[in-house]
Amino acid sequence: MESDNRPRQEEGKRQEEGKRQRVRANMVNVFIMGKRHVVPEHATIMRAIEYAGHQIIRGAGCREGFCGACGTLYRLPGDYKLHTGLACTTLVKEGMSLTQIPAVPMEKAIYDVEKLRPDVNTILEVYPVAARCVACNTCSKACPQQLQVMDYVQAGLRGDIALVADLSFDCVACGLCALRCPAEIIPHEIGILSKRLFGRHLRKESRELDERIREVRAGKFDAEYDELMVMGKDSLNKLYYGRDMEP
Amino acid sequence: MYPDYLSESLQAVERTRPGRLELAMSGQPVYPPMNADERKDVLSKYHPDFTPGAKRPVRVGPNRGEDITTEVADILEAHSMIEPKLMDIHLREPDYETDLLIIGGGGAGCWAAITAARNGMKSLIATKLRMGDANTMMSEGGMQAAVSPTDSPTRHYLDAIGGGHFENKPELVRVLTEDAPEVVRELENLGVIWDKMGDGSMQVLHGGGTSRKRMVSCRDYIGAIIMRTLMDEVKNHPDMISLREFEPAVELILDDKGRCAGAVLYDLDTEQFLTVRAKATIISTGGFGRLHIRGFATTNHYGATGDGLVMAYRAGANLKFMDSVQYHPTGAVFPEQIAGFLITEKIRGAGGQPLNKFGELFVWPREPRDVESAAIIRECSSDRNNGVDTFAGRSGVWLDSPLIDMIHGAGYTRHQFPGMCRQFDRFGIDIVKQPMLVYPSLHYQNGGIEINERCETSIPGLFVAGEASGGVHGRNRLMGNSVLDYNVFGRRAGRHASEYAKSATLGRLNVDHVRTHAEELVREGIDTDLVSPLILPSYTPEDVKIQQLARLGNVPARHSMLRSRFTPGERKTHL
Repeated sequence: MESDNRPRQEEGKRQEEGKRQRVRANMVNVFIMGKRHVVPEHATIMRAIEYAGHQIIRGAGCREGFCGACGTLYRLPGDYKLHTGLACTTLVKEGMSLTQIPAVPMEKAIYDVEKLRPDVNTILEVYPVAARCVACNTCSKACPQQLQVMDYVQAGLRGDIALVADLSFDCVACGLCALRCPAEIIPHEIGILSKRLFGRHLRKESRELDERIREVRAGKFDAEYDELMVMGKDSLNKLYYGRDMEP
Repeated sequence: MYPDYLSESLQAVERTRPGRLELAMSGQPVYPPMNADERKDVLSKYHPDFTPGAKRPVRVGPNRGEDITTEVADILEAHSMIEPKLMDIHLREPDYETDLLIIGGGGAGCWAAITAARNGMKSLIATKLRMGDANTMMSEGGMQAAVSPTDSPTRHYLDAIGGGHFENKPELVRVLTEDAPEVVRELENLGVIWDKMGDGSMQVLHGGGTSRKRMVSCRDYIGAIIMRTLMDEVKNHPDMISLREFEPAVELILDDKGRCAGAVLYDLDTEQFLTVRAKATIISTGGFGRLHIRGFATTNHYGATGDGLVMAYRAGANLKFMDSVQYHPTGAVFPEQIAGFLITEKIRGAGGQPLNKFGELFVWPREPRDVESAAIIRECSSDRNNGVDTFAGRSGVWLDSPLIDMIHGAGYTRHQFPGMCRQFDRFGIDIVKQPMLVYPSLHYQNGGIEINERCETSIPGLFVAGEASGGVHGRNRLMGNSVLDYNVFGRRAGRHASEYAKSATLGRLNVDHVRTHAEELVREGIDTDLVSPLILPSYTPEDVKIQQLARLGNVPARHSMLRSRFTPGERKTHL
């Protein structure tokens, strides 16, 4: 058997050498859903998957770390840990074994932000599951944004909506924390609820904004608009290049 | 960490920094802003829109004979994904029925659905990937709205129309700027957390081309915050809004009176074609960055392939300003893994400066985007050779971010730009202490399907909102006006489409325009293997692609993506 395989292995090596020359880069072995592929070492997980020939349908969105579509689980040789990351911004490593999460099963509560009050118990009333938190911090360790997820879940339990909003501000809702949570909490939904509650009910009001909306509704700018809208290109040009600049 | 070969240039940046800081603190412009002639000169010589081959006359459809961006003309002259005669039975018995069909689940689409629900109309959002997989999600810096006492909506109008070289449709710019303060309040009522001053007033910053501080923001995650708020609100109305994800529309459906009556969807999971009958249809499909026009890397999300343009054009809608493309002045150049990624304009709004390899300013940091981009391209061109070259074969200029903490105080950058810091921290670059290397990146579709202030098109029953639309920005959009655009026109589309749908009646459904388009391709002698909408770009290496396309016979539709000719520049040279 061994002798039968040898020519194929030689051929495989030649092909890898060819790929290496094409991209002028060192190549590494990665295991995509268990299957070995040879990809450039400076590739992100997402580009490695595409380099291998996959057309990603589920598992790519913004490709820049904002949308949370590309949550990925991976292991590394000689490391007991199950790692988490976004495929778009995590680099491959030799021997990495990975799989993308096509969708995270999730139940979002239905509510009316207008009618909710930002009370101490609101978060627990909307997401009672939060009370199951055992403060193990697995969620924070899983967060590809390095957010203090457990801290904001705990802040939510205490009813500190402002702190939840602040700590969860950069959440990309990839759902990796929810997948890893042994208490089956959905932290990112708690974050979204808290941000909305803060923006709606706990904000400081802007009087200037109120005033500007009143002015627009009262038609204060109508005459000026009417004049600008029929103005010829030359006059507009003069007005535009002659306008003063706020420092 | 920057490699050693860049250290000499980095030192030059540090050497010139104290002098540039002093200039910035003086309140005077740090570099002379260009006048009209200088702008014209740099644009005509260096903007990618004016390079040979950038545009060509389109040979079919309503804009026949007009110059259009080449890559766009190519997809307008491509084959449909569907065979009309096989659709008959599904047109008689549609898979879905709804008041409003909303194509695209980004900011504009979600706003349209929320507004329709408030008007008592049911809608169906059909979107290519997940709801929120859209350029909306990725905007970082801010939204323009004349909310400060020093500012006015008419001043905003003047800045926007000047930035667009006075070609924008005036009625669109008016509603854009006039609705802006109300949009700020409406978003806040849905729960968006704005950056505010201690007294509750809105924090405002400058952007390119603004004469007043007008940029409102959510740290540097404005898109993520607004998009998740709108998505959450959409999901709170399951009785009024239904959602079909991974089901992009590929053709519009008309009725026998030429009114838009829905669309054909393509299920990416099962590869089925599904039909929707709708009293009114809204296209909110966003832009076209993934066409990688002129080989540029892009800041856009994965699905930005201009599908709305293709569908609407085949159905007979007119396009406007489709000969111009926006390149964001500052896309990342180093490290290679994030090449093309957006570096928010808010960096320059907060005092960041673009510098050449000698650490010198060469352009005012806040010119309108097309002018700023062209100036950066000029600096890196062989005419000046002042760019910083990377070993990966790219060229760029420095964007000096350490100035920001020096101007606003320690800690400002980390609080206001958490996303930018995180992006570079990953690669050992602290943007509080070191500049970023940047070059223009393909960013925005300036033109699109022509609309009026009610978001109506030349096809009755077809409405368009957001980046897919054309007219509001002329041939150059200012920073923060696209976030505003999808908010203003998403709401308007929802409102006006609802009004229309209340009294709309539909005749017999058909896709005859697809047949007509096929005949036109034959008549014009157009020989192409391209199928559009492209749906997704293909980043498969060419040799692998060839092996995949060796299949005999009826190639599954998914492989239309494979046939994409628009292999991005980034793939050709590097991974």
